[in-house]
Amino acid sequence: MSHVLDRLLFFTRKTETFADGHGVMNNEDRTWEEAYRHRWQHDKIVRSTHGANCTGSCSWKIYVKGGIVTWETQQTDYPRTRPDLPNHEPRGCSRGASYSWYLYSSNRVKYPLVRARLVKLWREARATKAPIAAWASIVEDEAKRKSYMTRRGGGGFVRAKWDEVTEIIAAANAYTVKKWGPDRVFGFSPIPAMSMISYAAGARYLQLLGGACGSFYDWYCDLPPASPQTWGEQTDVPESADWYNSGFIIVWGSNVPQTRTPDAHFYTEVRYKGTKSVVISPDYSEASKFADLWISVKQGTDAALAMAMGHVVLTEFHRDREVPYFRDYVRKYSDMPLLVRLVAKDGAYVPERLLRASDFGDGLGQANNPDWKTVSVDDATGQVVVPSGAIGFRWGEEGKWNLEEKDANGRDVKLRLGLKGAHDQIAEVLFPYFANTASNGFASTDHPSTLKRNIPVKKLALKDGETIVASVYDLFLANYGVDQGLGGEHLPKSFDDLEPYTPAWAEAVTSVPRAQIIATARGFATNAEKTNGRSMIIIGAAMNHWYHMDMNYRGVINLLVMCGCVGKSGGGWSHYVGQEKLRPQSGWAPIAFALDWARPPRQQNSTSFFYAHTDQWRYETLDVDELLSPTAPDGDWGKTFIDYNAKAERMGWLPSTPALKVNPIEVCRRAKAEGVDAKAYAVRELSAKRLEMSCMDPDAPENFPRNMFVWRSNLLGSSGKGHEYFLKHLLGTSHGVMGKDLGGTGRRKPTEVQWREQGPEGKLDLLVTIDFRMSTTAVYSDIVLPTATWYEKNDLNTSDMHPFIHPLTAAVDPAWECRSDWDIFKGIAKKFSEVAPEALGVEQDLVLAPIQHDSPGEMAQSADPKDWWKGECELIPGKTGPNMVVVERDYPNLYKRFTALGPLMSKVGNGGKGLAWSTEHEVDALGKLNGVVTEEGATKGMPRIETDIDACEAVLMLAPETNGEVAVKSWEALGKQTGREHTHLALPKEDEKIRFRDVVAQPRKIISSPIWSGLESEKVCYNAGYTNVHELIPWRTLTGRQQLYQDHSWMRAFGEQLCVYKPPVDLKTIDPVRGRKPNGEKEIVLNFITPHQKWGIHSTYTDNLMMLTLNRGGPVVWLSEIDAKKAGIVDNDWVEAFNSNGALTARAVVSQRMREGTVFMYHAQEKIVNTPGSEMTGQRGGIHNSVTRTVLKPTHMIGGYAQLSYGFNYYGTVGCNRDEFVLVRKMNKVDWLERPRAEAKP
Amino acid sequence: MHPDLETLPLGAWLNQALFGYYPYICLAVFVFGSVLRFDREQYTWRSGSSQLLRRKQLVWGSNLFHLGILFLLLGHSVGLLTPHAIYSQFISAEQKQLLAIIAGSLAGAACFIGLTMLMHRRFFDARIRRTSTFGDNAVLLILWVQLCLGLLTVPFSLGHGDASVMLRLSSWAQGILTFQPGAADYVRGLDWPYQAHLLLGLTIFLIFPFTRLVHMLSVPVWFLGRRGWQLVRTRAPEMPHRIVRAPSRAPAE
Repeated sequence: MSHVLDRLLFFTRKTETFADGHGVMNNEDRTWEEAYRHRWQHDKIVRSTHGANCTGSCSWKIYVKGGIVTWETQQTDYPRTRPDLPNHEPRGCSRGASYSWYLYSSNRVKYPLVRARLVKLWREARATKAPIAAWASIVEDEAKRKSYMTRRGGGGFVRAKWDEVTEIIAAANAYTVKKWGPDRVFGFSPIPAMSMISYAAGARYLQLLGGACGSFYDWYCDLPPASPQTWGEQTDVPESADWYNSGFIIVWGSNVPQTRTPDAHFYTEVRYKGTKSVVISPDYSEASKFADLWISVKQGTDAALAMAMGHVVLTEFHRDREVPYFRDYVRKYSDMPLLVRLVAKDGAYVPERLLRASDFGDGLGQANNPDWKTVSVDDATGQVVVPSGAIGFRWGEEGKWNLEEKDANGRDVKLRLGLKGAHDQIAEVLFPYFANTASNGFASTDHPSTLKRNIPVKKLALKDGETIVASVYDLFLANYGVDQGLGGEHLPKSFDDLEPYTPAWAEAVTSVPRAQIIATARGFATNAEKTNGRSMIIIGAAMNHWYHMDMNYRGVINLLVMCGCVGKSGGGWSHYVGQEKLRPQSGWAPIAFALDWARPPRQQNSTSFFYAHTDQWRYETLDVDELLSPTAPDGDWGKTFIDYNAKAERMGWLPSTPALKVNPIEVCRRAKAEGVDAKAYAVRELSAKRLEMSCMDPDAPENFPRNMFVWRSNLLGSSGKGHEYFLKHLLGTSHGVMGKDLGGTGRRKPTEVQWREQGPEGKLDLLVTIDFRMSTTAVYSDIVLPTATWYEKNDLNTSDMHPFIHPLTAAVDPAWECRSDWDIFKGIAKKFSEVAPEALGVEQDLVLAPIQHDSPGEMAQSADPKDWWKGECELIPGKTGPNMVVVERDYPNLYKRFTALGPLMSKVGNGGKGLAWSTEHEVDALGKLNGVVTEEGATKGMPRIETDIDACEAVLMLAPETNGEVAVKSWEALGKQTGREHTHLALPKEDEKIRFRDVVAQPRKIISSPIWSGLESEKVCYNAGYTNVHELIPWRTLTGRQQLYQDHSWMRAFGEQLCVYKPPVDLKTIDPVRGRKPNGEKEIVLNFITPHQKWGIHSTYTDNLMMLTLNRGGPVVWLSEIDAKKAGIVDNDWVEAFNSNGALTARAVVSQRMREGTVFMYHAQEKIVNTPGSEMTGQRGGIHNSVTRTVLKPTHMIGGYAQLSYGFNYYGTVGCNRDEFVLVRKMNKVDWLERPRAEAKP
Repeated sequence: MHPDLETLPLGAWLNQALFGYYPYICLAVFVFGSVLRFDREQYTWRSGSSQLLRRKQLVWGSNLFHLGILFLLLGHSVGLLTPHAIYSQFISAEQKQLLAIIAGSLAGAACFIGLTMLMHRRFFDARIRRTSTFGDNAVLLILWVQLCLGLLTVPFSLGHGDASVMLRLSSWAQGILTFQPGAADYVRGLDWPYQAHLLLGLTIFLIFPFTRLVHMLSVPVWFLGRRGWQLVRTRAPEMPHRIVRAPSRAPAE
């Protein structure tokens, strides 16, 4: 009826009262209510998830209405868990629930965009030239090159057609391959587990091209080097459900409810079971409210706290009272019973290498790899024995690589813990002490630099004479200041003595009351004793982002090992930092790195890459002398970090991108012209120093990275440590660097790496970003390609937090002109194949690859390493230098190769973590599932990988985690190495094959595989190290055990054989800018901390309008009330934080929650949202990384040494950033720089 | 062709068109336009308040304007539409004109201040300006001009104290409303401010259904007389039978 008429029906309107006239019922028209019903009606629901790096991996319902994604809600159909365990769901957080905003937001990249100046040059050149020649004419003319390069970050994009931009990219890539070499094309994309196929798309293209993929886990500093050091494992952690099995949880520098929101319920629930929880965090974090005890530790001193707890546990649970469970555990599963050589130094001894079978005249009967078999003493016989399980047993022989309590000859042995009572003499051993100096207000004590302790030792007649050896156990206790009654210097009598590492000492360093330390340590160990190891430490980036993160982590790991918690349900080390576990990894890797076509792939550790190529090394402020141990072995340690890094690259420890100063295709050509093998040619030329490795001269134009792809990442807006150096040197555009380089500061310059007075500005010819939103990175790019959002593509997603695999599926087609990452790279590949014949055909490419972990090559140099470049030894690829392999690139057929599964899968097979198995059956099955290529040509008859779903199926088919048949094969392969039967772990699921449509229907639990150290079982939750402990599979370390003693000479040089407390380093970035440009406000010095926040989708997306609305609508920093008062800052003031690296602007949040002396800037707040200009630099106020700079640590460069060998995202330098200090100052004038660029103030 | 038209001077024709026909066009659009909009576009039937965006200038501006304009509206309705025969029993036309001039000037002044403030706010507050539609701006401008024209008639009215113009105007208005032929003749030859004021006033009726002015028809006054605190709408079409029907659709998931 008519609304008007309804209003006029005065006389037929019926009403009735009720409730004594307080209520009135009427018969008014109710059609308006339909509006509310329509609001929640929808056409369909599609399952997808968010490819953010939060490790949430939550299954979501995506609602579509009228072809538009309207909203999302949490899925609630996860497979049920066991009866005694809470369900996983609902998984999802407020950030995820706001994601659909992006699809139709103004920030969406809707069309291919290209820098106007570039496309103008291109069209001009293209009018008369073929594509590659056209690109050459632009980049070979420095004026033209500079004309667009200097505008990066300054706007100036225009829309373009897909066809045109892909041609520019293809031409640039082809030109770069031809002119400089394929390894000058670099790609950065993080965390494949977020969206595996999208990652694989770009990586596959790059690898077929010969380009390099950059790592991310180490670059993000989320990789804890202590994990590979101790376990030979990148990172493996319990799933969040396992928290529910724990009896005592320490949450240490992690903010579970804020950054692991969908998992936090397990933490809440387990507390109802009576589980105790201690939260260690400098600030009153969200997690702190869960705590029975909140410990506010001085930031950056966590290792000191961990050492003190370890001191308590060792004293009370190992020395004063021997807890049988603990003793048994460390004997079987740690290196504590092993022997270490001692060498004389300064009238005493220092611990040296772990004793090896080869040190004995007869090699203790070991013919295979005696250099790599460690040695212990049998308790029963007192004889020296070679326990099985060391890495020497892993390679070259079968059946003895296990943790059974047997020696190499299969005799039962019980290893002795400590030599006290069986010792020949007592030796004075020096332990380094670093906490006697500290900078920036961190506490120090007045102890000497070496602490002398008495250790029981044995004298052994070895090959090189009589040698004194000690047991790791005794060294370990002495290092903790736990006296076994043998005495020494600075040994405490009680916990109240101020000697390292007592609780009283820790109180002085960390500000934590000693009673809290003792209570926590006792509670933790007592629970572990009573429950056989169900004590857990949940740990986060807060501890891992410090320069000495490995000390923080090893302190924690030691605590867990001495309490027998690792590998135990409800126990262990739970490092949840940016590590979204790529569960079907070994099925995915061949697709992503094109291993089906060529091996090895080109993979680069990004930290070293960016340190070198953004020229952050030119501004190094930290000197190696500040780090070296007083107990360092003799040798030339006084070098710069870039020297160390170059050395590591030369010796094949770290990868090199680019690798050689000469185009590797050209190297092959020259070798061919001479008629010699390219590898032999390269060895000869390198040895003769006629050929140079690029790492020796990163600033030479031949060694610049030339083209870069960034996809699924906000490299410049979120993860580019040393942001301003990126802008200055890599991009060559306006920047905010305020410090001087080594030429200006007069600090130590590199001695081996070439120093050039003038640092190059603008190395990249082309920066391409693929994103769905206009991120900070996109703003600085030359070409921005619009990609599908997480609701517009098909992909796979997994996490370390739960055992399920689930999909991203296209709820709607990509909006506007967007395409999925798979289609974008497929399109570039197609265009490349069209363009390439102008300059490229089938080419030979010499790939230099580092010595790999989990390969026999990881036993490269067992003694102190020799450097061929210095003439100390021959260059032997794979032994003293990088591996060298000639790979064939078929450039005109690149597209065909991209879209078909290549022949190597059937020919060579597949594998992972040092295991290999055949895949013929799977390749055949995939051909039947996806269909085979029918077109004539190089790929006829091979399985198709045409669409993103085809690629998903390929991954699922090849991976043991999603194909039960492969799982059984892989366990069989492992069984050969260990001599034990493991297939029972997968046999019940042998017929299970998870397909893409299966995971679309419901998230699926994956199948147990030897690629991971935990089990997917109906009986236990996934727990890292579980199979090591329960299946007696060795850890993939030198000793095969949890290795707490690190014996490499570089470790010894820096005093890190055993865990010690090292105060944060001094980066000296304040003095050069203090008072430089006064604005009348007070400048205060604060420690700059960048945690993860509540209002961004984890670390990446803070431009979401809903999240901005919930917070302050732009960049903020958090200050304590005390600091704010000192600087005259009140809440919501605009402030500037700066140091010699650069400056950033933000509003101040003044909070009681903050600890004095620190400033928080939540990670990844975009420069593109409400950021005014800086008073210091005149540039738009930066991002959090504007005030940081990467600093390398030499111990992370070690390679070719068992677990200390390179693996992509496994080991290598990490981009730490928490030791940084800034000046914080209230802003006087807030300048939004809203005027044309030319008028911007200088 | 109608014979009269040949002899009718252009001025007379124009007068008939503007004051004889145009009023009907305006009133027809006003009535049917409003009914249609109310029926078909319920969600657009609103005042379009910008109070959420900025309170500044609104308390004074809006209140002065609304009080003034309501008084003026009332004055015009009573003044124009009350037949002379009725009010002459109480006051003379001259007294009535004097009353209209004084009260009208006061209300007009208040309205002028308020309206000017609102205009300033709408055109000079960036946030308001960016969210204003063409209609919002146009309505304000038209009302302001109309108000100025109205105030401009005051000196003219003071010039002829015999109230003859007032009487002609009310005769015209009453004539139009009662469909009297020749009503337009009453206002023929009036001073230009009167004529302009009339024309613009009619135009406001014309644009009424297309603007936020419609909120005038929905002044929320009914609740003042409502019984009870809780309102319940029945699903049953008839009352008071309390027929509980099954829901007509499956509830949303």
